[in-house]
Formats: sequence, structure tokens, C-alpha cells
Amino acid sequence: MPIDILMPALSPTMEQGKLAKWLKAEGDKIKAGDIIAEIETDKATMEVEAVDEGVLAKILIADGTDNVAVNTPIGVIAADGEDASAAASGAAKAEAPAPKAAAEPEKTAEAPAGPAPAAAPSVPAQAKSYDASSEFPAGAEVVSMTVREALRDAMAEEMRRDADVFVMGEEVAEYQGAYKVTQGLLQEFGARRVIDTPITEHGFAGIGVGAALTGLRPIVEFMTFNFAMQAIDQIINSAAKTLYMSGGQMGCPIVFRGPNGAAARVGAQHSHDYAAWYSNVPGLKVVMPYSASDAKGLLKSAIRDPNPIIFLENEILYGRSFDVPKGDDFTIPIGKAKVVRPGSDVTIVSFGIGMNYALGAAEALAKEGIEAEVIDLRTIRPMDIETVIASVQKTNRCVAVEEGFPQSGVTAEIGMKIMEAAFDYLDAPVARVTGKDVPMPYAANLEKLALPNIGDVVAAAKAVCYR
Amino acid sequence: MAIAARKTKAGVPAKAAGKAPARASAKSAPKGSAKAIPNVPTFTKDEELHAYREMLLIRRFEEKAGQMYGMGLIGGFCHLYIGQEAVVIGMQMASKDGDQVITGYRDHGHMLACGMESRGVMAELTGRRGGYSRGKGGSMHMFSREKNFYGGHGIVGAQVSLGAGLGFANWYRQDGRVSMAYFGDGAANQGQVYESFNMAQLWKLPVVFVIENNRYAMGTAVNRASAQTDFSRRGVSFGIPGEQVDGMDVRAVREAASRAIEHARTGKGPYILEMQTYRYRGHSMSDPAKYRSKDEVQRMREEHDPIEQVRGRLTREHKLGEDEFKAIDAKVREIVNDAAEFATHDPEPDVSELYTDILLEPAQA
Repeated sequence: MPIDILMPALSPTMEQGKLAKWLKAEGDKIKAGDIIAEIETDKATMEVEAVDEGVLAKILIADGTDNVAVNTPIGVIAADGEDASAAASGAAKAEAPAPKAAAEPEKTAEAPAGPAPAAAPSVPAQAKSYDASSEFPAGAEVVSMTVREALRDAMAEEMRRDADVFVMGEEVAEYQGAYKVTQGLLQEFGARRVIDTPITEHGFAGIGVGAALTGLRPIVEFMTFNFAMQAIDQIINSAAKTLYMSGGQMGCPIVFRGPNGAAARVGAQHSHDYAAWYSNVPGLKVVMPYSASDAKGLLKSAIRDPNPIIFLENEILYGRSFDVPKGDDFTIPIGKAKVVRPGSDVTIVSFGIGMNYALGAAEALAKEGIEAEVIDLRTIRPMDIETVIASVQKTNRCVAVEEGFPQSGVTAEIGMKIMEAAFDYLDAPVARVTGKDVPMPYAANLEKLALPNIGDVVAAAKAVCYR
Repeated sequence: MAIAARKTKAGVPAKAAGKAPARASAKSAPKGSAKAIPNVPTFTKDEELHAYREMLLIRRFEEKAGQMYGMGLIGGFCHLYIGQEAVVIGMQMASKDGDQVITGYRDHGHMLACGMESRGVMAELTGRRGGYSRGKGGSMHMFSREKNFYGGHGIVGAQVSLGAGLGFANWYRQDGRVSMAYFGDGAANQGQVYESFNMAQLWKLPVVFVIENNRYAMGTAVNRASAQTDFSRRGVSFGIPGEQVDGMDVRAVREAASRAIEHARTGKGPYILEMQTYRYRGHSMSDPAKYRSKDEVQRMREEHDPIEQVRGRLTREHKLGEDEFKAIDAKVREIVNDAAEFATHDPEPDVSELYTDILLEPAQA
């Protein structure tokens, strides 16, 4: 069978090109790998390499021809032992069938012209709030502990439970943690499982991801998430996308954790809140707890989770104490919000340190006769918007609060989601209170101005209540 | 000579023709063979045959991929490994089951060398459901947990840290495995490579860093991008041993690989192998072919081709006849044609695949 040589495409967008030059003449023997012609477009030059062996029986398109359409037969190869002249004449007739058809993929599935399958269940008409009451088993014994201790206990318990769990990061071992979150872990688990790294975020994040791809469960501590920007390529391109790119083969069970957002008077490069950044990325889960019990229960769930988790802590909250249930079995599910204060007049939704402002405002509003329902998202991605919607369907008003920047922020997302799912329930536009749209200043007075405060939230809540 | 001159002229921009070609080809003359280790180890006939078959499979597969790209069956980027086959085949001949491989985006050869099926690789190139990533990865993103192939990475240099992480996992588990992290002369200038070198040596991780120096990072010659062009020395400040290897000679590659892998496997830490090799084709499919002379490419093909070297020895020393070569060629061609046929007719992924494999379900505690 004579074989047509087709005009190749240089790129998916190329439709035609110039056949610049034949490097073989009719009658020449051709071996696989031989360069037989050169093609040019406005972008590039390409050599046409033979894949099949035989004799160049006929040249169908001459040197220097412009605008040759991709997949047009440009020559004919006669296979070994075939009569070249017969092949040449036969091919002239064989030109008739559109060569493109040969290359057309067989389509069994219709091209997705219609709506793509739904990504996630949409919020039902009457949303149902997540019931967090079972998280604290009734009559459970509680102990007061700081967020710092809760995080440490979560890691220690999971490291006892699973030998594949280890911690790595700067100053996590001998120094006992830059913020003392890993205190005592080196003593209990030894240097193989509690690993001090050099100051080299990009490198050790990549090493952590590589280890996770083999099934180990690294906890990678960033001294602050500001430094994780050095490592963000490994977090997003390697950790978040590999499961999808591998067709489900390569899971990446890793936790990236550390303090995030503003501390106090540390300037613009140490104060950035990355909740919105990571929440933009499919393939990641993003957790940002406020209380010690949520910090412990969610970190334990994060370590057990088979996916890459961004676990955003806050330096100011480390020393804050909360009641935490006793026992090693206590976990909080990722992806569930919590109604921390019921109310009927306005929904205030926040997460992480933003809860400071949300709860403070609710207290102040109560004194003025406005009962705010306060929701702690706890997980930013996947976001439990249903719990928020259920509340908005009751209160018909919402204020969203975060310390991050306003544009493309988490509160922007909350507002949009409410509009999509509960527009008809709203008696006022959703309001947001965020950090100001400026790099964090150092001066005490300016820093205070750059951050949200309880007064801002109270004012926003009153505004949506038209009071 | 007359032929070479004509080709050289054709390969350079019209303006520069006349003086640039001679200089360019002299400067970038491949060092590989010139610096070959004097005592190149010999292969048995079986080893030569194995190397020949494996390298030929990669060559024919890549030629077919190039052809299918030209037919519009393969989209986006497609980086062919033609010319570099001896590197991955020699390395694999020295490795053991369980050792891991990770590389960048010029990855089809590595997958075939790891024993991944031609059908699955080609069907991924055409974006079909039978591809290794079910059509969701493409040329640059394929994996096989079964074959310990960890990708297939599109961010230049990222695979070096990940490869060190594979080595870290071996160290953590003390399971005697070695990770082989491949990257190019271009990636060798990325910062995270040195962060990884540092930690790998600090913790004595079992990883072999394989630098495939094919002399061009896209279109930039090594001497235009690298202050230190002896890549085997890139680990000197960390105390990582390294050597330059004739990456066109599969025997030299296997010999060096055995030393490096043994070093890593016995707890002595990482090892750097600079494989001096050459890519015949463009960086990707669309390549201006203006940064090097055709003469240079042609000379490499004629004088250093890794497959022709083995073929020559099989003919001369092992008296392999034309019929036996034809039989091997036919077998390889059959595998490749079957893969192409499969990849052409396998259906595209079901539309429901759009939303799968984003997250794994947590196990119920």
C-alpha cells in the first residue's frame, strides 16, 4: 500500500503553511527518521521526518508552495518492494478522500456543547445548617488549653497513631518551634520524624510533596505563610494538581501549616493573609480555625485527609485559651461551618481571627437589641455555604468579615455565593468588612487603621438592618 | 563537505550566513565522545540487544508521536526525546525494581524505559480515556505508581525537589530504594535544584541527580546560560560527587549509573551524573531551528547516534545479520503502530471526568 505523506501541523492553531523545500527527490530511498522536507509558517520552521520506509514515489506539492492546508497529501511513499510508479499513479486517485477524515478522532461522547456536569450540588431551596452540636459529645470532659497546645497535641496524637506522619520545617525540632507549636515533639518522636530544615522553603516544600506522593504524610511547617510564597509553586503546581494530572493515581496527603495574616507591628512582608489565594485553587483544602477545639479537631482531620491541606493559623490566637474535649478521638470534619452564636436579625460570617470582630460585634449589637447569628466558616475550601445560606434565609441580612484584602477576597466569594443561592431572601445587599486595600503599615496608628475592628462590623450590621 | 555547507547555510538566518555557522558548530561541538571514559565497559550480546530494542522503541515511538502531532491528533506541547535514548536506557539497566524515576516534560522516553505501555502513553498524548492520566494530563503529565514513575512535570526544576522527596521517603522508610531525578541543563540553573542538593547531601538521601545536558535550554546554548558549564561540578560546594558521562554511549551510561546508584543505595548520599547528550529535534514541535546549525545536528546523528553505535557493535562484534535487525525493527514498529492505532480510535474521556480526581475521599475513621 502506498502511503500518503500529509502536510503536518506545527501547532494546534496552524491551519496552513509553506512547503519550503523538499530534501528528497522522487525515486529517493527513505529511511525512518530521514528529514524529507522543510515547512515554514510565520512562527517557525519545521522539518518533516519520515516515519515509514520506502521510496519517495511522487511529490504532490512542489517546493515553495504557499498556503498548503494541514493534512493535505504532499507526497507518496511506496513501501519496500512496491512498484513506485504504480504507487504514484494510484495515489493520485487516492487523493480524493479527504485526508482530514483519517485524522479525525472517533467521537463516542458528544462534544460538550451543552452544560457541563454540575461541579457540586447546588444549595437546595431550603438550606440546612450543619449541626455542630455532636462535635462536643454531651457530657464530654473538657480541658482549657491554648490554641498552641491544641495544635501540638493534635500533631503528637496523630504521630502516635500513624508512623507515616512526620513534621518538617525551620526550627521545629531543637528550637522547639519558632512559635513553640512543636514543643516537645523532638523529645517524643526523635530526629527522624521531627526534622529541622535549612531556610529553604521552596526546596523543603518540594521534598515534602515528593515524600507525600509515595504515601508518607508530611506536616510541613512554614514559620509564617509569608515565606510559603517561596514555595507556592510546589504547593499549587505539584501538590494540588498532581492527582488530577495523573488521572487519580497520585494522591498527595500533606499538610502545610503555620501562622498566617497579621501579627502585630511586623510590617507588610510578615502580615499577609493568604486565605483567598489558596482558596482559589482546585485540588487544595483550606482550613482556618479560630478556637482551640477547632484547631485541634481540624488539624487531626487534616493529617488524616488524603489531600493537600493548607492549614492557616494565627500568631495572635496561639496564646488564647478555649475549652477542648479530652481524648485522642476528637476530630472536626473539614468543610463544615459552625453556628457559634444563634440570632435572628443579621448573619455575621467570618473565620480565623476575623471571629474576634464578629463575636465582639454580636455582643455590642445585642446591647442595642440586634440579635446577630455568628457563623465560623472554619474551612474556606470546600466552603460550607449551605450553613451560611440557611442562616441568611432566616435573617435575610449578612455581613461577611475577614482580615484579608477586599478585592477577590473570601468575603467577595461569600457575597457572590449568597447572591447566587439566596438573592430572593435578601432584604439588603450583603456587606463586607475587610482589611484595607494597602500593604500593612508599620506605625501603630496606621496598622490599626489597616485592620478591621469591631466598630466597622457593628456599623455594617446596622446598615444592613437599616438602623 | 559540499552537502554540509549547503545544509549549514540553510540552517542559519540569511543575514548571519557566511560567518556564524562555522563558529557556532565549532563552539558547540559535543564533548560527549571526545571525553569518553577510556575504558568503556563492554556489553554482552544480550545487553546490546536489550539496549538496541529499548532505544529503538523510544526512537520509533517519538517519530510516530511527531507524525501524529503533525496530523493534529496530539495537541499543545510535545517534546521529543530523539537522540537522548541512551541516557534513560543506560540508567534503567543499572537500576532495580522499586527504584523511582521522575523527570521534566521531555518524558515519553522515561515512561517507556520504566516499562509503561506504549498504548497508554500514546493515548495520553492524544487525550483519550485509555491514556495513563485518562486524558487529563497530556504529554507532560503522566504517572505510573505501579512502575514507580512519578511524572512528567511541566515546571522546570520542580521535579528535582520532588525527586529529592522521593529519596527522602526511601530514607524515612529505610527500604533500600533509590530515586533518580532527571533534569536538563536549563533546569540546572534553577534555585530549588541547589536547595535540594543541599538537603539531599545534608541528610544523605538516596537520590541520583541525572542532568541531561543536551546543550540547549530551548534555544539557549549552555555557554550562553551557564557560568559553570561542567554540570558534574554543580554539587561541589555541597560535597556531592559528580561525573561527566558520554550520554550517547549506553555502555558508559550504565557503567556510571551503577556507580552512582550503588553510592546512593549504600547510604553515602546523592550523586550527580552529567549526561552529555543531544536532542535532534526541536525543543517542542514548533521550533525555529535557528539557534544551531543543521551541520551540527547532522554530525551528531551521523557520528554519535546512540542506536547506530549499538547497531554497529551488534553487526561487527556479534555478527547480527540484516534479517535479525529487520525482525527487531518489525516488532518495534508493530508495537508503535498498535499504540498509534489505539490512540487514534480510543474515545475521548467521558464528560463526567471533568470533575473527577480533584480530591480524594477521606477514609472513614
